[in-house]
Amino acid sequence: MAGITPSQTAGPYFGILLRGRAECRQVTEGTRGTRIVIEGRVLDGAGNGINDALIETWQADANGRYRHPEDCRPQLPDPTFNGFGWAHTRQDGGYRFETIKPGPVPAPDGGNQSPHILVSIMARGILTRFITRIYFDDELANANDPIMGLVPAARRDSLVAHRTADGHYAFDIVMQGPNETVFFDV
Amino acid sequence: MLLYRRVPPGTHPPEDPAYRSTVLRHPLEPLVQIPQTISEITGPSYPYDVVGPVDNDLTRQHAAAPIGERIIVEGRVLDGNGGPLRGALVEIWQANACGRYAHEVDTHDAPLDPNFTGTGRTLTDEEGRYRFVTIQPGHYPWGNHYNAWRPAHIHFSVLGPGFLTRLVTQMYFPGDPLQALDPIFNSVRDPEVRQRMVSSFDIDLTVPDWALGFRWDIVLRGREATPELA
Repeated sequence: MAGITPSQTAGPYFGILLRGRAECRQVTEGTRGTRIVIEGRVLDGAGNGINDALIETWQADANGRYRHPEDCRPQLPDPTFNGFGWAHTRQDGGYRFETIKPGPVPAPDGGNQSPHILVSIMARGILTRFITRIYFDDELANANDPIMGLVPAARRDSLVAHRTADGHYAFDIVMQGPNETVFFDV
Repeated sequence: MLLYRRVPPGTHPPEDPAYRSTVLRHPLEPLVQIPQTISEITGPSYPYDVVGPVDNDLTRQHAAAPIGERIIVEGRVLDGNGGPLRGALVEIWQANACGRYAHEVDTHDAPLDPNFTGTGRTLTDEEGRYRFVTIQPGHYPWGNHYNAWRPAHIHFSVLGPGFLTRLVTQMYFPGDPLQALDPIFNSVRDPEVRQRMVSSFDIDLTVPDWALGFRWDIVLRGREATPELA
């Protein structure tokens, strides 16, 4: 076994790397499914927005299929959908993803997991990325989701994006404090 | 589905008050341990067709050559079992020879170089190998504590085969006296583990009359030996 390379902080300057990438665009014209907008802020322990966080997302398509060789179910993934999203937070710590609502995906016990999006958070002051999940407040299956079931009941709501008046989903990522987001060790 | 082995404790650094920015940015509650599911075993890939021909040569991205000492950084991306990972996206970003990033937040009083952006990307080949040509990054001060200076480093971002192999880290250079004083480097407590972040000078990688070579392998999480049911 080779020793794993340790993580280090992304620091404040990763924006120069993102500028050189193609634009992050997950949804194209033909993408199947319900288009959604998820937006929120990344907040520190003093309640201030973190303006230099890198947020990455990973999700299945509208049918719950991942575009990855190890998802080998017969149904093919939507070729017009990119399940990988990334964003540099704005000056106020805000971020926004335009994507589609993912479908349910299999759970290890043979049932399904409620629709969710995986999230990584990296930033100056974060030495090792933090991992969380976004669930949706209009999914009844959240109540039976096996991962949600492992989270203390009082903290589950930190994993749920709530629909706002304009039809978007609001999801703040609170790094520290009374409303701290649940982060996972996987 | 082949699960990933858990990361041995002490590999990835926790919060560290010596690195001041961690104080308000690390959760106070413990992480919630969860099993790996298809969501974590799968993972993102970047649209590969956009890796351009000079993306891995940071000295050829502008009209003229950047100022500084030209270096080659080469190595392999390996899984935790020592096997090569091909098709991994390796990206780097770094300061210029004077220790200044081409980023508006960096106000260090050192010149920018119009011929150096300081970013690169490449995909690993069949043997897991990556290679960059770049400029030796300079040291620079930062505001963490009195007289704080970062050891020379190159930031690395690696997208491996799955969500759990995502790694963002920094590569350091051998023999840099600032390493002993740097809270970010020393946030990895075990000296043996810490040394995995330090590249080696390699005379065989060095090209005569042209550039010094530094070798650095990156090891991502490995899989369990036996398959388990999805």
